[in-house]
Amino acid sequence: MAPPDAGAARPRGRGGYWLYLLPSLVLFLAIIVVPFLMNVATSFTRWSGVGTPTWIGLDNYTKLFEDERFWASFQHNVALIVAMAVVPTVVGLVLAAALFDYIARRFGARTASALRAAFYLPQVLPVAVAGVVWGWMLHPSYGAVNQIFGLKVNWLGDPDLALATVMAIMVWFQLGYPVVIFMAGLQRVDPSLYEAAEIDGASWWRRFWHITIPQIRPEIFVVLLTCTIAALKVFGPIFVLTRGGPGSATMVPSYFSYLNFFQKVNVGYGSAIATVLALIIVVVTFLFLRVQDRDQERDS
Amino acid sequence: MTSDRQFGQPGRWAVLAALVLLAAVMLVPFAIVTLNAFKSPAEYSSGGPLSLPHGLYLDGIVAFWQRVDFGLKLWNSLLISGVVAVAAVLLSVLNAYALGIGRVRGRLWLLVLFLVANTLPQEALVYPLYYLAKQAGLYDSRLAVILIFTVIQGAFGTYLLSSVLGRFPRGILEAAELDGASRWRILWGIVVPISRPTLMVLLIFFFIWTWNEFFLPMVFLISNDNQTVPVALGVLQGEKMMDATMSSASALLGIVPAVAFFLIFQRTLTRGITVGAIK
Repeated sequence: MAPPDAGAARPRGRGGYWLYLLPSLVLFLAIIVVPFLMNVATSFTRWSGVGTPTWIGLDNYTKLFEDERFWASFQHNVALIVAMAVVPTVVGLVLAAALFDYIARRFGARTASALRAAFYLPQVLPVAVAGVVWGWMLHPSYGAVNQIFGLKVNWLGDPDLALATVMAIMVWFQLGYPVVIFMAGLQRVDPSLYEAAEIDGASWWRRFWHITIPQIRPEIFVVLLTCTIAALKVFGPIFVLTRGGPGSATMVPSYFSYLNFFQKVNVGYGSAIATVLALIIVVVTFLFLRVQDRDQERDS
Repeated sequence: MTSDRQFGQPGRWAVLAALVLLAAVMLVPFAIVTLNAFKSPAEYSSGGPLSLPHGLYLDGIVAFWQRVDFGLKLWNSLLISGVVAVAAVLLSVLNAYALGIGRVRGRLWLLVLFLVANTLPQEALVYPLYYLAKQAGLYDSRLAVILIFTVIQGAFGTYLLSSVLGRFPRGILEAAELDGASRWRILWGIVVPISRPTLMVLLIFFFIWTWNEFFLPMVFLISNDNQTVPVALGVLQGEKMMDATMSSASALLGIVPAVAFFLIFQRTLTRGITVGAIK
């Protein structure tokens, strides 16, 4: 403990607080800022990871925009946004409203929270472990799903099925998160709104549409934003389940950059992919925050 | 209750039944993994995945445990996640003190910077980090992973905690200043004890998030002695030497610690989610 500064009852200038930021700024510089700038710089070079990188200007980016696998990987990202953000948000809204406004009132709060816990349980798994679970369940020869239904489907190995299978797994994994957030949001809502609507004879769907959704709009924004970012970043399940395959049926940008970094040792190209991905994520974040700000201004 | 008119008595049970059915579907993988982790391969091929195990066949779990030295993986995960959680909370507190209470100039820009750092994909950092770690002799060390995640989690903690401390009651701080307490003492004697509930929520979230991480630990921890639980399981997935029930045992070993944390920390986690809608 530093000795109390005896003379100064008034706080000194604000400058003194900078000292508290110092450890973070040093670490932050070394671990985030410098590596990120190095990554951007590397994206303008051809480099195998050893020796001196060769400056090639924008060549990696021009190559990128002509690379079919790159475009395919972003299309798969869109599919994963549907599976990890859109579907869980829509289904999560209905589930949360049903649990909060229907089950909890007619069957008790305990029933509602037990169901909520069941929906949430997949979310507690490390996403790689979720991949291990489904990799086993869907194994083409001994997997439980084929055994139970007497099928011989190669869920993750068939190019026509692999992406849909991964999407289904991600819905299973992600669903509990919006349910929990939305139910927490609903506790804020003034119960008299619902009572008034009920007295007016509004149906459950009307109340859902006109009360529940507008009231928890902030939560819907947060869930859509965090889940969209998670979908753009997705790596673990792809690595564990399909390694981007078969062919490039489930290739995503994160795995595509990893592949270029560590297996094809096209470090410059990998850096370009990673830079584009980072840019997209930052833009998406700012767009969401802008929309959310506008939305709040309109309300107030 | 007017809406019973719409659904009626049978309708009300239909809603419950539908939700229970969906909940069951969500839980089926957990049940099937657990059921089959305790079967021998012969039992699995004769009875299928839905039969109850005849006895407690532990060979699959024991064999897998020994083959990957699972105790060591657990220890690595605990060590890395524990140190990161404590260090990241510490960094968050120091930063948030300067940003939220000190209101240093340019704090808005710093907050944006921290937020961006937390949303950046790790792919955009991985190669330089890998290269720098190799230069510094930190590659394939738990320390490298600890440092990286301390900064990443700390960036998020700073963002969240700064807004919490921004609403810290000014009166208490001014009273302490009048008593002649230094800033350092105000931080540890007043701000930290009063914000303890929030700090605990952050601590637990950081622990679990770090436990769940896969990409960077997989790149950095290549030797068996350093790997974490998700890395060991993820890398071994689908290996030819694994039979059906051993694969199931490996999945179960990944599930158990995660579910245990969930049960232990359930109340804090729910509070955290409701407080900051954090993820």
